[in-house]
Amino acid sequence: MQTALQSDPAGSVIFAGPPTARSLGLKRRRRWGESLIQGFLFFSGALSILTTLGIVVVLVRESLSFFGSPEVSLGEFLTGTTWQPHIGEFGIWPLAASTLITTGIAMLVAVPLGLSVAIYLSEYATERARSLLKPVLEVLAGVPTVVYGYFALTFMTPLLRSIFGRDVVEIYNMASGGIVMGVLILPLISSISEDALSAVPRSLREASYAVGATRLETAVRVVVPAAISGISAALILGLSRGIGETMIVALAVGAGPAFTFNPFKGAETMTGHIVRISGGDLSYGSIDYDSIFAIGVTLFLLTLTLNIISQAVVRRFRKAYE
Amino acid sequence: MTPPAPAPSSAYDYRMPQRHRLSSLGRWAFLASTIVGIVVLSALLFNIIDQAFGLVAIEARIDPASLAVEGVRLEDLSQDQLTAILQAHVSKGLLRRLENDQPLAERSRVEIYQLVLDRVVEPTIVETWSLTDSLLHRREIEARAAVDRPAAALSFRAWVNPAFVGASQSSNPLLAGIRGAILGSLWIIGLTILLALPIGIGAAVYLEEYAADTWLNRIIQTNINNLAGVPSIIYGILGLAIFVRALEPLTSGSVLGQVPDPTSANGRTILAAGLTLGLLVLPLVIINAQEAIRAVPASLRQAAYGLGSTKWQMVWHHVLPNAIAGILTGTILAVSRAMGETAPLVVVGASTFITSDPTGIFSKFTALPIQIYQWTARPQDEFRNLAAAAILVLLVLLLSLNAAAILLRNRYGRQGRLL
Repeated sequence: MQTALQSDPAGSVIFAGPPTARSLGLKRRRRWGESLIQGFLFFSGALSILTTLGIVVVLVRESLSFFGSPEVSLGEFLTGTTWQPHIGEFGIWPLAASTLITTGIAMLVAVPLGLSVAIYLSEYATERARSLLKPVLEVLAGVPTVVYGYFALTFMTPLLRSIFGRDVVEIYNMASGGIVMGVLILPLISSISEDALSAVPRSLREASYAVGATRLETAVRVVVPAAISGISAALILGLSRGIGETMIVALAVGAGPAFTFNPFKGAETMTGHIVRISGGDLSYGSIDYDSIFAIGVTLFLLTLTLNIISQAVVRRFRKAYE
Repeated sequence: MTPPAPAPSSAYDYRMPQRHRLSSLGRWAFLASTIVGIVVLSALLFNIIDQAFGLVAIEARIDPASLAVEGVRLEDLSQDQLTAILQAHVSKGLLRRLENDQPLAERSRVEIYQLVLDRVVEPTIVETWSLTDSLLHRREIEARAAVDRPAAALSFRAWVNPAFVGASQSSNPLLAGIRGAILGSLWIIGLTILLALPIGIGAAVYLEEYAADTWLNRIIQTNINNLAGVPSIIYGILGLAIFVRALEPLTSGSVLGQVPDPTSANGRTILAAGLTLGLLVLPLVIINAQEAIRAVPASLRQAAYGLGSTKWQMVWHHVLPNAIAGILTGTILAVSRAMGETAPLVVVGASTFITSDPTGIFSKFTALPIQIYQWTARPQDEFRNLAAAAILVLLVLLLSLNAAAILLRNRYGRQGRLL
């Protein structure tokens, strides 16, 4: 008690409180090691900002040099329907249309299948069935895209050609690439949707059963609408994944820009074009080199917008049931 | 007087049998979609295996049996005998070129044997059949081959075999292998881990343990989530502009006094590829590590503080050891994604044809998925077979990585301590 009790000049004893950091000789000092480590950790986090800045600066700078060249105009790029670099025609639409068509076909395959899988896993499957089926989906999600490209070219294309006829279906065609891309997106959509469906409170299902709804009615009219924001986020992510998908389309969809809406014809997508151009002999500063950055900007903006929308949707969905 | 009852039961089980039938139909429809997934996966695997094995018809320029010396078969001959055969059968010009590349006397017996096969025997594939055809229609194939290709020898070939894994790239599909591609992939993955693991853990620790809820930190978190959704080919473009072009002195090794390989394409090196893939997987590593760190109970942190530890002591001695199993599991999964990435490597500038092994981070490179892509893109059937064999090797590598992740997860669990 001697440290706590002190005599004041008047001689009376006062209570000075419990021992403080100062009275114990512990003063707050700067720990350089800690600061150094914290600096490194902050740098690690900030590196992601640098990466984004790098992407934006690189894409914008090189595309500016692309649009600055006399052969190109922004208006032509956004509206033109011919992409023929060697005659100076740079219209994005042949590439963009092919990207949209393959992605559209992929969504036609992946959305119904992916949602059905999600509903089955979340509403119907027993624990045993889930433990068997989920690894299959995980394997599907883990197969490298170049392997899917091989699958599209050596399995799906011959299959389509034997069904619709060799005259109708070209060797390189958008349908084959699109269908296989749908298989690639399926696990993405099903796993995010399943998370959303499982997050719907049990009480909603029980209420639905209590008023006499069947299992299907409960799943389709109660659970799915309740999870709709999570499901839409999954669909948007799937769309963005399809637009950015490269190796399937590079291998199976074709190696020449063509403005066509026939899914059985070959056409080059934006990503396919970037891969083909950069896989060849590419000299810096050439119009071909600059053009991949202009396509890259388009691709980046498209996927970024979709990702941001899907995150905004997810945030709303989290608020709904927490 | 009571009004006539409106038959409540009919109102409640209105069309009940039909609705239940529909419901069970729905159940089967959902199950069928799930089965479609399984069928596609099986078709994918079947298709690859079907192409990776099968009958081949091979024609040789010179029958290897005729090259046997005194009854000793070609593959058992000594180095001198093989060299003699080589000198006897190839042109002077080619011999001089080979000597220039590397004197014959300095080459190993295996290399000489490869040269003899390559330049003297010159086996070429004239036709290939898939595994199912080979098993089901073997008779017809043999009969047809005997008529169409009398000079060819028909044999069953497993395209994926030890020689395939051990041999380097060649334009002859019979001799082509993926040693360079596997080594390239391992080098690149090594660099990717070296970059992504420390920085990924650092960023995750920062965001989970240090970062206050300020606008800057919120931007960092949002930005990481967005980066995870950027298409991989965009990272390739970034790598091309930054690592290959702007930082060429560094990535080609000239800044360190490394004599750049005169045949190499300047900055298009393993270093550039590894850095690009490192940036690509970084967001995935961070997000996975954050989840693992979040799973560490808060009581551990409070206990550490209670004993007077500093923040970093708490993180280093308590949080990280408890989260490390989860972090490593997530990292392995991210790395297996990098292992299969093709598009960014093509854009960064993987070599199209490369017969030498990579010797360091400043070598030009190829990688397993690149090799698959290039072989698949060629129109000839035999290259498709090679691609299928390479895919099998890649899938086995990925499976073992994933198995390692699962083992780690099962062994140490979410709470397990690894260190």
